Amino acid sequence: MSGIIGKKIGMTTIYKDGVAMPCTVIEAGPCVVTQVRTPETDGYKAVQLGFGEKKEKRTTKALQGHFKKANTTPKRKLAEFKEFEVELTLGQELRVEEVFEVGEFLDVSGKTKGRGFQGVVKRHGFAGVGQTTHGQHNRARHPGSIGACSYPARVFKGIKMGGRMGNTNVTVQNLKVLNILADKNLIVVSGSVPGPKNSIVTLHK
Amino acid sequence: MSELIKFVEQELQGEKVEMPDFKAGDTVNVHVRIKEGNKERIQVYQGAVIQRKNSGGNGETFTVRKISNGIGVERIFPILSPSIEKIELIRKGKVRRAKLYYLRGKQGRAAKIKELK
Repeated sequence: MSGIIGKKIGMTTIYKDGVAMPCTVIEAGPCVVTQVRTPETDGYKAVQLGFGEKKEKRTTKALQGHFKKANTTPKRKLAEFKEFEVELTLGQELRVEEVFEVGEFLDVSGKTKGRGFQGVVKRHGFAGVGQTTHGQHNRARHPGSIGACSYPARVFKGIKMGGRMGNTNVTVQNLKVLNILADKNLIVVSGSVPGPKNSIVTLHK
Repeated sequence: MSELIKFVEQELQGEKVEMPDFKAGDTVNVHVRIKEGNKERIQVYQGAVIQRKNSGGNGETFTVRKISNGIGVERIFPILSPSIEKIELIRKGKVRRAKLYYLRGKQGRAAKIKELK
């Protein structure tokens, strides 16, 4: 699984073959290889990439040593990619055009916007309780029944109810690479990706 | 809007059709390319611009309203749409709003827009 870490810049529209396409602009890379995991030492094959700058005084001593080993400055985000298709060495710089090509499909993972405590209509797509007339006056967006009565005399686990929504890791699959602007490290993918602007996302094949 | 988004839009927007500076209230002729099978022809759509939306980016659109056989018709065009051949400005209108939604409720003389002198 090849991949790279990036920052979501925002969305726009571009025209391709006469069709308007919604797309997301991501500032991807340059990333630095901060660790190479091998079957001999770690039991599996992977590389760890670092992205974004961080102040040295905000970095713990342990991590400072980790970055020093790779001969690089402290990075804001570290992510591991298993079975990277290209052979990489410690401290090597990775750019977006080395990983992806225009026309390829990729997946993007990120943390969604936190919505706070939401009801069942927004959180689970419930339709609410029918009408607002015929005597019904205060439960338009309620869940309705959450179970039977004296048997089982409890609410089953996993029943969909209101609660905290968003702020979870979500992967969007099969986004097409519409364009790569290599000199500014930008990649343009079709559709939307999770999270607010300026949030960190990982792109992988 | 982010500088980088502007950069991407500039890089990827392709050829921009020359168009006059028009706004809500103006009457325009929009020359639209229509594909029928493998033939292409041009149809002229004339009407009053009732709004320009999402200006400043690639997603800008404008709405043209006309009365066709007594029925109001509105068409929304993306400003960068490749199917627009050209736009002609026929008449400048004198209006006091940017969005002329009130025209939808008017008929006949009441729906007329005064010309800007």
